[in-house]
Amino acid sequence: MSLPTTPSQTVGPFFAIGICRRAAHELVRDGFPLCGRLLDGDGAPVPDGVVELWSATARTWGRCGTDRDGRFAFIVAKPPAAAGEAPRYDVLVFARGLLRHQLTRVYFPDEDEANAADPVLSSLDPATGATLVAAADGDGLRFDIRMQGDSQTVFFA
Amino acid sequence: MTESGIVLPDDPGFGPDVQLDYPGYRSTRLRAPTRPLVTLPEDFHALDGPVFGEDAVDELDNDLTQGHGGDPLGERIVVSGRLLDDAGRPIRGALIEIWQANAAGRYHHEVDRHPAPLDPNFAGAGRCITDDDGGYRFVTIKPGSYPWGNHENAWRPAHIHFSVFGRAFTQRLVTQMYFPGDPLFAYDPIFNAVRDPKARALLVSRFDLATTTPQWALGYTWDIVLRSTPAENDG
Repeated sequence: MSLPTTPSQTVGPFFAIGICRRAAHELVRDGFPLCGRLLDGDGAPVPDGVVELWSATARTWGRCGTDRDGRFAFIVAKPPAAAGEAPRYDVLVFARGLLRHQLTRVYFPDEDEANAADPVLSSLDPATGATLVAAADGDGLRFDIRMQGDSQTVFFA
Repeated sequence: MTESGIVLPDDPGFGPDVQLDYPGYRSTRLRAPTRPLVTLPEDFHALDGPVFGEDAVDELDNDLTQGHGGDPLGERIVVSGRLLDDAGRPIRGALIEIWQANAAGRYHHEVDRHPAPLDPNFAGAGRCITDDDGGYRFVTIKPGSYPWGNHENAWRPAHIHFSVFGRAFTQRLVTQMYFPGDPLFAYDPIFNAVRDPKARALLVSRFDLATTTPQWALGYTWDIVLRSTPAENDG
């Protein structure tokens, strides 16, 4: 038996009343900031998006709605790496105008060796793969997500 | 823009997939990714997703008509159904969150400027955890239709937004549930961005006399189906 699956629809502009009622941006208590901006094809901020972070190895999860400048901010720790892979968070992006959410990843900039050996990251050409590696930024990390264009973030299926 | 520019002809070739760059929905233009998706190894799709316990939900969270000091205006309804994988197996213990406009078609959200009344007794958000049969149940009021700025005289069919977590991260689904027979279906680019009419029909709930509560509320049922993960299929 194979039932047909339910299609996706956009999260729309008013999702905050439903899925951002409780703060959920702290994945750990004593972590460091992971901040960034969600940007559209013109490089303009997406002020009505939601970013979810998840780690299968650390069993942690969080989400954050973007502000008027497209900014999101999490408190995270570096999760353990799975065997043969570099440490990372899996990232989901939702927004008005996005009819299905998009899946991406954020890797850590101080893991050159592990990143070079990661089977997914190393399969991408270097310029494309670079869109998935956060940048050091003060005490934390910065990770911008670009929906379109030459520097579009890699999205996965 | 003409009506035909808003809604494209049916195309069953899309199957269950929504057309990400559907031209009639204007906001897709700068937001739908333009580069092809990169396919992940299959074992990624088997990784477990977040687990939400009963403590994620308060007792009255599935009753949107409670907790405001009075009854909301509008037609009281019960929306229920089951969360299943595509093999028909129930997905238990999953978090379902909903949000919606009030009976007048207005969201309790500062960005919503539609000149329809807010209802002090309706915030329009609920959540629940699926039971052992994958079942869920919400008590709410039927949302109104409302205008939006996508094109001339654009109105959304009445809908309830659903956010669903499955067992695996790649089962995540955010979608919208519609009501049977809505006259706005033919004009709505978001609904019609699901190009296969059979898939589109899966977004429409069914009126159900069995869950209609005498002297109290109309019943609508709607099942949600997520694709199975590779690990489950191995089992």
